[in-house]
Amino acid sequence: MSLDMPKFSDLDALYDEENALVATEMYEDPALFDEEMEKIFKNTWVWVAHESEFPDKGSFKLSQVGLEPVIVVRDRKGKIHCMVNRCRHRAATVCEVKKGKTSSFQCPYHGWGYGLDGSLRALPYPEQYGDDFDKSQHGLLKLRTESYNGMVFATFKEDMEPLEDFLGEGVRKYIDLFMKQGGGFPVKVLGEHQFSVPMNWKVQLENTTDAYHFPIVHKSFMQTLDGETGELFDFLDKGVGYVEDLGNGHSVMTMIPELVDLDENLDAPIPERFEELAQELRDEGYPEDQVKKIVRAVSGAGFNLNLFPNVSFSLAFFRVLTPMNVEQTDIRHIAIGMDGGPDAANQARIRLHEHFQGPMGFGSPDDAEVWERVQRGTKGGETLPILVNRGMVDEEQGEFGPRGHISAETGMRAAYKMWKGMMGK
Amino acid sequence: MTEMSKISTTSVLSEVTEFIWTEGAMLDAKEYSDWLDLWTETGLYIMPIGDGEDYKNQVNLCYDNAKMRRDRIGRFERGFSISSAPPAQTVRTLSRIRIDSVEGDIVKASCAEHLIEDKFGRQRVWAGNAYYTLVKTEDGFKIEQKIVRLLNSDGMLNSFSYLF
Repeated sequence: MSLDMPKFSDLDALYDEENALVATEMYEDPALFDEEMEKIFKNTWVWVAHESEFPDKGSFKLSQVGLEPVIVVRDRKGKIHCMVNRCRHRAATVCEVKKGKTSSFQCPYHGWGYGLDGSLRALPYPEQYGDDFDKSQHGLLKLRTESYNGMVFATFKEDMEPLEDFLGEGVRKYIDLFMKQGGGFPVKVLGEHQFSVPMNWKVQLENTTDAYHFPIVHKSFMQTLDGETGELFDFLDKGVGYVEDLGNGHSVMTMIPELVDLDENLDAPIPERFEELAQELRDEGYPEDQVKKIVRAVSGAGFNLNLFPNVSFSLAFFRVLTPMNVEQTDIRHIAIGMDGGPDAANQARIRLHEHFQGPMGFGSPDDAEVWERVQRGTKGGETLPILVNRGMVDEEQGEFGPRGHISAETGMRAAYKMWKGMMGK
Repeated sequence: MTEMSKISTTSVLSEVTEFIWTEGAMLDAKEYSDWLDLWTETGLYIMPIGDGEDYKNQVNLCYDNAKMRRDRIGRFERGFSISSAPPAQTVRTLSRIRIDSVEGDIVKASCAEHLIEDKFGRQRVWAGNAYYTLVKTEDGFKIEQKIVRLLNSDGMLNSFSYLF
């Protein structure tokens, strides 16, 4: 290698696409991580918020794009802005409240004040900057921001293709299907679990498209389900479902085909485990067709939609990853429900969320344990590859791209292909 | 405060302190079936996120009725949960115990909880406030409600293979 060549020119050694092998340093090289933060997280659409998290004019939430802290906010006209949380004077953060409502952002250090659109409105004693000081050149650093079906994405890349094109037809189809779990109401964020795991961000990226681990890692969760629900989660034994590459690093893993479209089979009888909820809704005066629609939507959609690089729509919640350093990734499991829907239905959704998700869920701690074990394991056998070749044997063309067995690593291959394409630019 | 009520408050405080320390020691020793016996059938074990008090309608870290408590303990003990096999070891201190109210057989008390966990040669420290609603029975106190609010409950946590 000559000295003037970029360090990661040998991308084929990092990800061997033909054989679907990932090099160990993909999880543990700090220089590679820095490169990823530039080439990937600053060059694509990154999920930052759901619109219901800051519903009103002037409401905002803090988020992150790669390593950069950002503010996502609605201005007085309802337009969404995303900007870096850093004063243009001497870099102090202008907001440390995680979520709230405001009419402006003021830097606590020297009082520079910014509007909801990030523009610099006023600063104390401006005359010391001379007459040619241009306030319009000193607004907060803005990112491009676009939304699709309530999901807000931002990008540092000025000439990034429109969000809808980046998502593509396949992802848009599945996002629309996923949002049907509002049961006829708009989808609303109800709360979130947050936990940090000592692992590289790509270990998490792989996991939401990994059905193979489910019966092993989540056996203790399965043991606490009633027979009917256990049956639903038995997708590996049944061998139904599939994983499909949707392009641009995105993929879908369909685990429970009969729950992909929640508007279908509305005439089916209400499952026994939801009979109590159904009766509660009837007692509240909901007509039978709406009761069926709400009840069918309560436990979520039958698939995981995995978006490159940082958000998944997983059965009944959003899973967001934030890389912190090469060996540390923050995870958010965001619970969603029915905005304006019956309390009983949202309570059922929240209890289902608590059952599996978060630091004390019956599922997440076991996920976190195996992710950490991956990171610990890569300390040994540096030259051994990580295999993501499962299910290549019988992969076929699906509706939008290669489609493999429910336990195939098709989604991981989709993500790594995208990773390689972006890192090579 | 009269001399009489001072004496009774002191005696309630010492009974409650003994109960809370016994419960804490059970949890550190992972004597979970004994711990399950400390509860009333209607009892709720809640670890909220943030300051909210509408536990039923908000996302909590846990919101356990009797069935969820039994399922949780079963998960810890059956050996199929990789995060609990083995679990982290813990040592906790419960202090600054105060009696908040006594009404009939119902005693409400609160205290500070500091817990240190050890796993993978790494120690983590957690702090929170614990709030108990206890019912006096012939067999001693039973827990009707226990709420533990971690200081950073709405921040980035790690996963827990034990109870607070």
